[in-house]
Amino acid sequence: MSYRLSDLINLDLSACTDKIIAEYVWIGGSGMDLRSKARTLPGPVSDPSKLPKWNYDGSSTNQAPGDNSEVILYPQAIYKDPFRRGNNILVMCDSYTPQGDPLPTNKRYNAAKVFSRSDVVAEEPWFGIEQEYTLLQKDVKWPLGWPIGGFPPPQGPYYCGTGADKAFGRDIVDAHYKACLYAGINISGTNGEVMPGQWEFQVGPSVGISAGDQVWMARYILERITEMAGVIVTFDPKPVSGDWNGAGAHTNYSTKSMRNEGGYEVIKKAIEKLEKRHLEHIAAYGEGNERRLTGKHETADIKKFKWGVANRGASVRVGRDTEREKKGYFEDRRPSSNMDPYVVTSMIVETTIVWKP
Amino acid sequence: MCYILYVFVLCLDLEWRWKCVAKDADDDEDEDRIGFVITLGYDFDMNISVLLPASPFRVSISRLSYLVCVAKQFIYAAIYLIMALLSDLINLDLTDATPKIIAEYIWIGGSGMDLRSKARTLPGPVDDPKKLPKWNYDGSSTGQAPGEDSEVILYPQAIFKDPFRRGNNILVMCDAYTPAGEPIPTNKRCAAAKIFSNPDVEKEVPWYGIEQEYTLLQKDINWPLGWPQGGFPGPQGPYYCGIGAEKAFGRDIVDAHYKACLYAGVNISGINGEVMPGQWEFQVGPAVGISAGDELWVARYILERITEINGVVVSFDPKPIPGDWNGAGAHTNYSTKSMREEGGYEVIKKAIEKMGLRHKEHIAAYGEGNERRLTGRHETADINTFLWGVANRGASIRVGRDTEKEGKGYFEDRRPASNMDPYVVTSMIAETTILWNKS
Repeated sequence: MSYRLSDLINLDLSACTDKIIAEYVWIGGSGMDLRSKARTLPGPVSDPSKLPKWNYDGSSTNQAPGDNSEVILYPQAIYKDPFRRGNNILVMCDSYTPQGDPLPTNKRYNAAKVFSRSDVVAEEPWFGIEQEYTLLQKDVKWPLGWPIGGFPPPQGPYYCGTGADKAFGRDIVDAHYKACLYAGINISGTNGEVMPGQWEFQVGPSVGISAGDQVWMARYILERITEMAGVIVTFDPKPVSGDWNGAGAHTNYSTKSMRNEGGYEVIKKAIEKLEKRHLEHIAAYGEGNERRLTGKHETADIKKFKWGVANRGASVRVGRDTEREKKGYFEDRRPSSNMDPYVVTSMIVETTIVWKP
Repeated sequence: MCYILYVFVLCLDLEWRWKCVAKDADDDEDEDRIGFVITLGYDFDMNISVLLPASPFRVSISRLSYLVCVAKQFIYAAIYLIMALLSDLINLDLTDATPKIIAEYIWIGGSGMDLRSKARTLPGPVDDPKKLPKWNYDGSSTGQAPGEDSEVILYPQAIFKDPFRRGNNILVMCDAYTPAGEPIPTNKRCAAAKIFSNPDVEKEVPWYGIEQEYTLLQKDINWPLGWPQGGFPGPQGPYYCGIGAEKAFGRDIVDAHYKACLYAGVNISGINGEVMPGQWEFQVGPAVGISAGDELWVARYILERITEINGVVVSFDPKPIPGDWNGAGAHTNYSTKSMREEGGYEVIKKAIEKMGLRHKEHIAAYGEGNERRLTGRHETADINTFLWGVANRGASIRVGRDTEKEGKGYFEDRRPASNMDPYVVTSMIAETTILWNKS
């Protein structure tokens, strides 16, 4: 990209106009494809309820028929735009029919209902989501850094590794880290993963619905960055079959009761409830998860529910700290990297707080 | 002497860094060295590191194999230095050195779609087009005048800030006249301005929002940007408003254009990726009367200047790729004062009726090659049919649900092609809906 283009892209408009650019982001018909388009607004906005609703052509995203194609976007959360900077913003939205009903693919709506229940609000549910993802070379769709038509040496040296033969794509990861912090996303860390070309970032602790908003916006920023780098990001849970790790979205979770004295008992009861609804959760934890949850490669078999302290082969893992201090949080290791965080976070809350067996 | 240069340059898809490298493991001595590490993009992961000793003669045999690569890197370094100097000059801020400004006069050439421009120096800043001098150009070189009587006169009509030269420099949208003061045949602005200054039209304060679609093509082969040469990308579906390296091609151009237009003072209201990969859209508006045409033409000019910078070709052809690929349009949203007020929905319906009665006249003026695009498929209405509906993207004219619900608002004429002339389309819609009486 020439310097002249970058001069224009990086123009700071605040000197010549109050107008800002707002990029509205939504989830398309597959439930995983992110879409966005931009509009000019007359001045800076910091409150999503002050942003205008918008609409898009749902027939082009598999969300509406051609003769009745308008889908309405409701702004839900504002983040600073790390690409346009200045006062420009990214807006996380969800989709409704013109009559005001959430579309079938709109999972945020029900999640928001769960999170606004008084018994849930009282428990202040915190989430920390560990999003794993794989970078692929464009056109060949083979992992970044892998030889074309072949494989790198077996797993071992890559987890948190450094060096040109072990870490592939760190520029993307580092750019993403800073861009998310700039945007106001509560990104708590990154690391290189066990499979070469695979990385992880963590979002949290976030309360309630904002966990889902932040993970989706972090995914959006990641795919915009890989677009700039000419690389493809995939959230497939098992991108390469065989002796290569899959990609998950482990979800750490705690409630007020779990974080206070005596929390460990609350945690154990919650885990019991999760065990009873194992099949329902698994069904909602991401497409293709059966290729990943085999019982090998630090996963538990998809049909079994198992929990344990410091056990990475379990469905639910409790940290040694939590066991020792008798309060804390636990980690649901079952969700796959392509899970919908609105669904997973609200379902965990629903099962552990609302559901009475 | 050791140079410590730590420079990150993103240039021609190469990322390279110069840094001072520590001592060479082969040698015992601790010498100052210049070293550079070049990482060539992500497609080929070649790390070439060359250690050059301070003295030019002490190149160890084991490094000889790198010298060919070194020569190449020096050429790239030279290019970088030249570009660095060029950019310094291009971005010179003249305001401290002189009150003079540069005005780029823009006009439409003989095909009705080719934009032309040339620049002149003026003694100081100007913000009123009437205060700008008329100018002239060689019409025989643009298909607009014969060689023996080639002067065509440029009348400045609208001023915008120049996003390329910045400072107090300006872009000037002009239209073209004979020396005798007559608009030349390709000058569509003159007739449009007459319509917009008709008192019946003026009091209705016609607003326009134009959705300009366009396709980006790879230079030389004229195949859409991001498409494999000699082949096609996956079918339409993932590209509309899509993100990712395999779905969005050319976003840099789009984003640069958005900011450049806002800087210039063009009322650009939004952008989005389109259904066909490599196709994009920007919207200009709401703009009143003749300024809709001025702003759209200047936006097209800025877009083509930006694609020129990027080595990419922009096409306004309405159906750049035949087959199951969307065409490109310039949907024109329109409202008058009466339509925006209480009871406006009835005014809208009457206006649409009149548009239906003059369907053929409008279609003839809505852009060359539109019959390849308006097939009745790919979110268009068939060119021979006039059809209107609420939220219906397969109609000739679409009325939004908001307008239907509130009983007032605007409507969208979906018929104009991406290569339409906005002076013609905007004035014709005003003429048909406000001035024309069914007879």
